[in-house]
Amino acid sequence: MRNTLNAIALPLLAIAAALGVFGVFVSLDGVSPVEVWVLLFKGAFGDWFSWQNTLQRAAPLMLTALCVAVPARAGLVVIGGEGALVLGGLACAVAAQSLPLPGGAVGIAVICAAGALAGALWVALAGWLRQYRGVNETISSLLLAYIALGLFKHLVEGPLRDPASLNKPSTYSLSDGLRIGGIGGSDVHWGLVLGVLACLGLAVWMRWTASGFSVRVVGGNPRAAQLVGLPASRLILIACALGGACAGLAGAVEVAAVHSNANVSLIAFYGYAGILVSFIARHNPVAIIPVAILFGGFGAAGSMLQRRLGLPDASVLVLQGIAFVLILASEALRHVDWKARFHQLSRNARTSAEPQPKEVKLS
Amino acid sequence: MTPDQWIAFFAGIVGGALRVGTPFLFVSLGECLTEKSGRINLGLEGVLVLSAMAAFGGAYLSGSAWVGVLAGALAGGLLAALHGALCSLKGVNDVATGIALMMLGTGLAFYLGKPLIQPQAPQIPAIALGLWSDSSAVRSALQVNMLLPLGLLLAVLMAWAFKRTRYGLLLRMAGDSAHAARALGYSVGVIRLVATTLGGMIAGLGGASLTLFYPGSWNEGISSGQGLIAVALVIFARWSPLRCIGAAALFGGAGAIGPALQSAGIGWGYHLFNTVPYVLTLLILVLTCRPGGVAQGSPGELASTR
Repeated sequence: MRNTLNAIALPLLAIAAALGVFGVFVSLDGVSPVEVWVLLFKGAFGDWFSWQNTLQRAAPLMLTALCVAVPARAGLVVIGGEGALVLGGLACAVAAQSLPLPGGAVGIAVICAAGALAGALWVALAGWLRQYRGVNETISSLLLAYIALGLFKHLVEGPLRDPASLNKPSTYSLSDGLRIGGIGGSDVHWGLVLGVLACLGLAVWMRWTASGFSVRVVGGNPRAAQLVGLPASRLILIACALGGACAGLAGAVEVAAVHSNANVSLIAFYGYAGILVSFIARHNPVAIIPVAILFGGFGAAGSMLQRRLGLPDASVLVLQGIAFVLILASEALRHVDWKARFHQLSRNARTSAEPQPKEVKLS
Repeated sequence: MTPDQWIAFFAGIVGGALRVGTPFLFVSLGECLTEKSGRINLGLEGVLVLSAMAAFGGAYLSGSAWVGVLAGALAGGLLAALHGALCSLKGVNDVATGIALMMLGTGLAFYLGKPLIQPQAPQIPAIALGLWSDSSAVRSALQVNMLLPLGLLLAVLMAWAFKRTRYGLLLRMAGDSAHAARALGYSVGVIRLVATTLGGMIAGLGGASLTLFYPGSWNEGISSGQGLIAVALVIFARWSPLRCIGAAALFGGAGAIGPALQSAGIGWGYHLFNTVPYVLTLLILVLTCRPGGVAQGSPGELASTR
């Protein structure tokens, strides 16, 4: 009970504190912090238009956050979601271009699967390097992300380029039958549903299935896993592949629902923001859903801060950075036993207020 | 390729090793100092970007490149001190903190550096080592950053200090066995905080050399993971400041292949060749790491290599 309370209250406090510090930070620029807070809220959740914008950004955030959360449950810190995302988007565009696909649900499922597969292989490579070569997965996944970005730019500007795209090199556009549409005619596309389903599905997998439980054992106590003979390497590879598949799917959804082809706009730092989302959600897939919506909202409000107050577009990045630092700092408060601390404080207060009688009684 | 193209290509590689290698040298020395104390700083990427911006801003506002260098070192030290302070809290993981500081440093640099994208700042003067040659390509390649000799000196100094001085030994003790340091009555937390801060200041010099020498201007793509490559560089250099020099030159040269080919008139595969440093880093990690083993020469307290 106390743990659950801590798990919810501490991140909320940290985000509130981050908004506070961010307010002080912008006030150094002569901008009213209250105005910034109001705009952040309005731009994120103020009306239906902002909500659409927010949810559109929340979809890829959920999926890239899963790319951090699932390996984290297996004990790995993987931060290369950005690479899996761009390769997933590229694979989606290539599949749509090279396979004779029928339009509609089947075709969309195939191109999404292509994206997920590309992402899964890329992140599983980081897991493989760790298990079989002893390479630190945090560093290797990030290096792989840079390699993926280079590959992506090379292919999009070279072999896979649609000659008709002049100013902005892109791959061939998806046919209309393969585009993911909006839900009920809104701008919010079905990728959001995919993201929520992925979060819930992985939560169920980790909570109620034997393989999901084994993954958590491997991450939580590697020695215990070894003693009961769990196939740690295989489980870690599965966790990495699942996480990578989510990030790859995010790229495929971005291509099929938003950009319509693979181009540099796909590199929008969703992979890095996903790290933050996962850490705030404490790598809990269900908690990722609200956190992703909140940070999708901050992203959506960023352009409003830029337009209305003339703040640089990096202000959202600053807010994210402050939030991340405070979230980690709040970890130090997690193990404080507040009840005992409170009792101790009140006892101290009492003893300092009336120290004499006690002394007298004792003697 | 014609002979002229070959000269341009090789001059580009050597020039690149000198120019691109200088920031690599500083960040890897900074990371080396931090890791010797038993802590890893993945946030050096953020430190590098922030100090690059601060150095450019300092030079632009004051009109002196050296004030800029100082500003870069200070900004780097401040951000690294934040990393050190956060890590000394109970239950805070240094890898996660590094990722957070990467985000914060980059965000702060982009935010504060917005007005600095257009203007020109005074640059660090160059040492011309190529006067003996007639080829303009060779001459321009051998324009050496004045911070480079400082970096080389620093590497030698650090190697000496680790071996011969009281402070160097203390630092290594904190990195190899925190218990031993505590048993002798030293505060491991303070030692690591100081080492992390100094490491950030050294990395800040690398940031200064990015914006005040090569490429010589501030923009949001100024660093492309040099701060992270530094972590791998230090593993490659087996935590020795002197070997950091060779590693930095190698990586600088590898990173210069793309631009060198371009200057020789070959535009194909520019982005592909730009990934060479990352591929090289990965290959080196694969070759030097062993599953379950500890990397040779690594400080005993380092979590990332265990």
